[in-house]
Amino acid sequence: MPDIVVKTEDVVKEYRMGSNVLRALDGINIEIQRGEYISLMGPSGSGKSTLFNMIGALDRPTEGEVYIDGQNMSHLSQRQIAAFRCHRVGYIFQSYNLLNVRTAHGNVTLPMIFAGIPEKQRNEKAERLLDKVGLGDRMYHLPDELSGGQRQRVAIARALANDPSIILADEPTANLDTITGREIIDLIKQLNTEQGVTVISATHDLKMLDVSDRIVDIRDGLVERIRNRDEIEIEVGEVGGHE
Amino acid sequence: MEQQRPIEEQIDLPFLESLRISFQSLKIRFGRSIITTAGITLGIAFLVSVWTNNEIEFALQESGRSSEIANLDEASEQGISTKDIWLIIMSLIVCVVGIANSMLMAVTERFREIGTMKCLGALDGFVVRLFLLESGFQGFAGALIGALIGLLGAVILGLKNYGLDLFFYFPLLPARPENGPFQLGVLLLILFGCLLGMILAVIGSSFPAWRAAKLPPAEAMRTEV
Ligand SMILES: Nc1ncnc2c1ncn2[C@@H]1O[C@H](COP(=O)(O)OP(=O)(O)OP(=O)(O)O)[C@@H](O)[C@H]1O
Ligand SMILES: [Mg+2]
Repeated sequence: MPDIVVKTEDVVKEYRMGSNVLRALDGINIEIQRGEYISLMGPSGSGKSTLFNMIGALDRPTEGEVYIDGQNMSHLSQRQIAAFRCHRVGYIFQSYNLLNVRTAHGNVTLPMIFAGIPEKQRNEKAERLLDKVGLGDRMYHLPDELSGGQRQRVAIARALANDPSIILADEPTANLDTITGREIIDLIKQLNTEQGVTVISATHDLKMLDVSDRIVDIRDGLVERIRNRDEIEIEVGEVGGHE
Repeated sequence: MEQQRPIEEQIDLPFLESLRISFQSLKIRFGRSIITTAGITLGIAFLVSVWTNNEIEFALQESGRSSEIANLDEASEQGISTKDIWLIIMSLIVCVVGIANSMLMAVTERFREIGTMKCLGALDGFVVRLFLLESGFQGFAGALIGALIGLLGAVILGLKNYGLDLFFYFPLLPARPENGPFQLGVLLLILFGCLLGMILAVIGSSFPAWRAAKLPPAEAMRTEV
């Protein structure tokens, strides 16, 4: 029996602006298996980030249910949701979302502080993680003193701090050049293959195609189709195999 | 492969850890913190100088020196004049509005930070406590400096008007305690200024921080300033 990490049931999200109601998600049903690398693709405004927020418990659906590890997220208490964000998920954003008042190292230790990990242990782990993402020599710099690619590496290290089972990434390469983007994708893919972390990433970036196990195409708040890796490889070939 | 385990409850942070995080944040945002604190300092300085000035005038009139001095205002026998009460009330209002405004601005530009901390597992209570600590410290420091500046201003003005007599009759304690709340004496006044600055800063920042902490992180992080 497949091990389902994320399951959404008829998830609807409406945004109300005055008397207008915008239906950003119009009944999304997906199942994601543990260890998969999933890319959410679709045109701008199709609802990728909105779905990302629902899966990551960063916002509540208007209707429908999200299950993570078999748990109905709408049944969790505030404390459980905080613990869920702290332990189960690592978030990576397009605009990095580092805390500017904390160094790279300080950003990586923060989720461990929230998790109650003793100081010595969390300091060592932050160093290890920053080393791993290639920032061993920049640990005590503030985010302002780092390049975009370096900031995203800090964000990745921070996302890994409490050994999450899911990495949620919303357009992690959108602000980066092709080469740096490639490096970030490889780094995320490496976590996926080596540590079995489930990766769910919203993206426009075609470089993401060949590392994904499945691609979920979103259009107008609906799942348009789901493509498997083998289908993708054919299409990538057709596109012309540049790079 | 991992088992499907139930989701645990988030723990509270030890107080010291919160204190450390808030001090770190104040330290790194020093330049910005100074600007916010300056808002508090100015408000309290204004209030304390107007008020002290008033107490000085009253004390010197009480001392019987008022006849020698050109009539500075129409202070009556009973003490403080209506005009002065108005001036004090106006300066209180300026102070409240100024501090509330600068704290609100300071919190609003940090909505994204609040959303991000919640993504990393912060409880709403932690966010509020962090802002409470930061603003309490800022409020007290800013108000103390403001009170001293205000006092200095009033003393300089007093010296100009009354010369060294000022120091003989300096109203450290209320000249006439029975005159009610508008005559505190300078010592109490400074204490009052510090407490007022601190309380206004704490209220002015924890209320918006509490509202931001209640928002789903996705919304808090959308806010651009
Ligand atoms: N907080 C909000 N309030 C109102 N409307 C919103 C809000 N968030 C998103 N929307 C709307 O919902 C729709 C889906 O937005 P979403 O951000 O999910 O798109 P996206 O697929 O991530 O696009 P992009 O590729 O540009 O990031 C858009 O029409 C957007 O304007
Ligand atoms: Mg988006």
